[in-house]
Amino acid sequence: MFSRILTSALFAGAAAGLIVALLQLVFVQPVLLHAELYESGELVHFGAEAVSAHPELPGMFSDLTRDGLSVVFTMLTYTGYALVLVALMSLAEAQGHPVDGRTGVLWGLAGFIAFHLAPGFTLAPEVPGVAAADVFARQIWWWATVAAAGVAMWLIAFGGNIVSYLVAAVLLMAPHLIGAPEPDVFTGPVPTEIGALFAARAFGVGLVAWVLLGSFAGYFWQSEGKRVEVAA
Amino acid sequence: MTTQTQTASTARAGILSAVFAAALGLGIITLAGHVQASALHDAAHDVRHATGFPCH
Repeated sequence: MFSRILTSALFAGAAAGLIVALLQLVFVQPVLLHAELYESGELVHFGAEAVSAHPELPGMFSDLTRDGLSVVFTMLTYTGYALVLVALMSLAEAQGHPVDGRTGVLWGLAGFIAFHLAPGFTLAPEVPGVAAADVFARQIWWWATVAAAGVAMWLIAFGGNIVSYLVAAVLLMAPHLIGAPEPDVFTGPVPTEIGALFAARAFGVGLVAWVLLGSFAGYFWQSEGKRVEVAA
Repeated sequence: MTTQTQTASTARAGILSAVFAAALGLGIITLAGHVQASALHDAAHDVRHATGFPCH
């Protein structure tokens, strides 16, 4: 059982991670590099002169070490997600809810909500240079929110009664009503247009990433199960 | 060994496998997304921002 989880999670995480890494390099990285020009002070927003919205940016793949590390760490991150996702899929299947590539899409959507949208609803994806509270405090809030949203997604999928839906709604809203650690003052030098575009791109790529991850995870979970059966 | 105890031990093995796999996954997410050691932070910097982790 453990090797079936491990194998399907590695396949799904590596495949989805690689695709997502390329999507991030094409759609998110240019926005991040643009923001870094303001973070470093090379460009100044609301200075004496208006600043062009289209500065010369380093071309795509201009820093191979940096981009290569991003690819490796994206694949690693999505493999981590895949291990959690497939572990939960195995528990669901043991309870009589089969998972395959199609239902995996729903699992991916639930994972996106739990790991990306729920924490990002209050701690929006940050461009470099924004003001933020202490990183450790934000990480604690991030994990607590992910855990609450994850339980809520499970309750919505498998609870099957009004009480579990109500508990799920409370779990989804509570972290945002309690509030995340916020900075005392705003010091971000990056134009709001760039910040908004960055958050939108991060969420968009994240959604694609999770739908792919869920579908791949369901597919490999199913095919690994068949392979083990045939071998046995 | 009766069928019933066999089923029970298979179920327990399944839950244990899931718990270990999930723990491994959470460890990887922590390493790639949260640990603040500067070598790790610098290497994973762009991914942390793009994936919506609290970065610095």
